[in-house]
Amino acid sequence: MLTKGIRINGLKKRYGKGETAVDALKGVDMQVAPGEVVGLIGPSGSGKSTLLKCLGAVIEPTAGQMTLGDEVIYDDGWKISDLRALRRDKIGFVFQAPYLIPFLDVTDNIALLPMLAGHPNNESRQRALELLKALDVAHRARAMPSHLSGGEQQRVAIARALINRPPVILADEPTAPLDSERALAVIRILNQMARQYETAVIVVTHDEKIVPTFRRIYHIRDGRTNEEAGEGRAFE
Amino acid sequence: MISLAGRDILHAWGKFVFTGVGLGLLIGVTLTMAGVYRGMVDDAKALLDNSGADLWVVQKDTLGPYAESSSIYDDVYRGILGMPGVERAANVTYLTMQVRRGESDVRAMVVGVVPGGPGEPGQPGYLVAGRRITRGHYEAVADIATGFQLGEQIQIRRNLYTVVGLTRRMVSSSGDPMVFIPLKDAQEAQFLKDNDAIVQQRRRTAENPAFNRPGVPGLLNAAIASQSANPYVNAVLVQIEPGYSPDDVAEPIRRWKRLQVYTREQMEKILVGKLIATSARQIGMFLVILAIVSAAIVAFIIYTLTLGKVREIAVLKLIGTRNRTIAFMILQQAVGLGVIGFVVGKISATFWAPIFPKYVLLEPGDAARGFVAVVVICVLASVLAIRAALKVDPAEAIGG
Ligand SMILES: Nc1ncnc2c1ncn2[C@@H]1O[C@H](COP(=O)(O)OP(=O)(O)OP(=O)(O)O)[C@@H](O)[C@H]1O
Ligand SMILES: [Mg+2]
Repeated sequence: MLTKGIRINGLKKRYGKGETAVDALKGVDMQVAPGEVVGLIGPSGSGKSTLLKCLGAVIEPTAGQMTLGDEVIYDDGWKISDLRALRRDKIGFVFQAPYLIPFLDVTDNIALLPMLAGHPNNESRQRALELLKALDVAHRARAMPSHLSGGEQQRVAIARALINRPPVILADEPTAPLDSERALAVIRILNQMARQYETAVIVVTHDEKIVPTFRRIYHIRDGRTNEEAGEGRAFE
Repeated sequence: MISLAGRDILHAWGKFVFTGVGLGLLIGVTLTMAGVYRGMVDDAKALLDNSGADLWVVQKDTLGPYAESSSIYDDVYRGILGMPGVERAANVTYLTMQVRRGESDVRAMVVGVVPGGPGEPGQPGYLVAGRRITRGHYEAVADIATGFQLGEQIQIRRNLYTVVGLTRRMVSSSGDPMVFIPLKDAQEAQFLKDNDAIVQQRRRTAENPAFNRPGVPGLLNAAIASQSANPYVNAVLVQIEPGYSPDDVAEPIRRWKRLQVYTREQMEKILVGKLIATSARQIGMFLVILAIVSAAIVAFIIYTLTLGKVREIAVLKLIGTRNRTIAFMILQQAVGLGVIGFVVGKISATFWAPIFPKYVLLEPGDAARGFVAVVVICVLASVLAIRAALKVDPAEAIGG
């Protein structure tokens, strides 16, 4: 079967061993098509962050399968040796706090990823500038992150997540620090970018303001997911 | 690829420069300590070079005249002059003392030399002002480090001397500047008793029936005269004729005159190996401690700087930066700190070395060795920080 976007089947994650073991994920199934933005909603401690960390290849699941783009990355064990390169090339991360590198200016914060992958500086910066233009922060291209507003920082973080054209973007509470107007703007941008770059996006959120924007929502509770149609309001 | 370390340093340059300057002052002290040692060795060599001698003839079984006291009769030099290969020989005395000048006094090594032309052993090699000692009494040539002026009157023991010439870089092995005076005066100065003691001694001699026999007129006066003269000098400096080797000339003097003879090479071994050896070890201890302190400071600073960047490091790892790149970034910062420190240290040492009372010789070789040591210390010091950085979990960037 040709798979694109994200496919997760029966993903399990157990923290610890023996009596103190915690089953954070008990069999998660999820599918996100390229160009689609889905919401992941659940109460505290339900396993949202754990799921993102498994998908982001920073912790190892206990069992199940994960496919990113056209590549099976996990099937009861990692199928990929270089997880760093996987993260760099296949996955974009957007966090609650933008976590920009404070000693690099906006352009280089974004251009760092292609540079790490071995692309020349000029070309990397060129690509970063294009993204900044698309995200409407090109006028701040040479500013240091500490001089940006919260919304600007978040847009820069999105640009950084997009720069390597990853098939997947994982966003953990990306709108938490923003007011509703800016929060909706961020979601709009994510949708736009998802469509433009054929990226599958998962947005973890508690944020009531943006919940109605998703067309599809996964509810996670006690380590299991179930899918539900969202309102998909803002972007019809 | 851009230099992450460089960008971080530029971003927080204030922090870097301040810690670099602090470290630099420490490195400056370290370089200066090495310079103090070099200065001591150089002073010792200058003492030997400037004495203009090829051989030092001293009392038997002594390491004289600098490391131990030595005294030989002042007519021994005549016999030495007759030995094969000896071109010139001259008596010399050394006496370290406070030389009075008006109200104050200056620590100096008073050297008694036979008045004579340049090239005579013991004489200062060259003068920067004035003339040589020409009269047999009460003239002095002083090293400019004493601060004496031409024409000034200085007091050595009870006699006044006129400074007729100035020389430079004439120092004792402990760095005290030299004051040259005529040999006869120096012999007297070494021996001179105060008036009470002289009266006392005369009385004792007069009371001694061995020296005061009623039937032998003049015996008492002869005895007193011989007691108040000092027929000793500390060493004879010898220049050898061209074509002779120092050892060949030294051997017969040793055998036939029953005196100790040192060549230039042996003398240097005595000065460097014995006289300043303890000071050298003292300085060595300082160097070791300073190196450890510097290493601890670099390690501590780099470690704290790294711990302050845990979140950035987690993000860098999350977005796929290799451990090698992160380790290299920390290493570069440590070495960068070391380089700033070294430059500051070198400049400050160069700046303050001339103000030191004794000679501080900053050798380029020491600076190069110091630089290598600083870099090595910084690399070692960054190990701790690198280990901490490598332990940072990229999952921390995602958070709970
Ligand atoms: N490193 C860990 N070791 C042990 N247990 C863990 C660890 N990380 C998370 N857990 C547990 O796994 C479960 C899921 O945690 P997770 O962080 O995924 O929840 P979450 O949905 O992100 O919650 P929140 O909305 O509060 O961020 C929780 O019960 C948590 O205590
Ligand atoms: Mg969470």
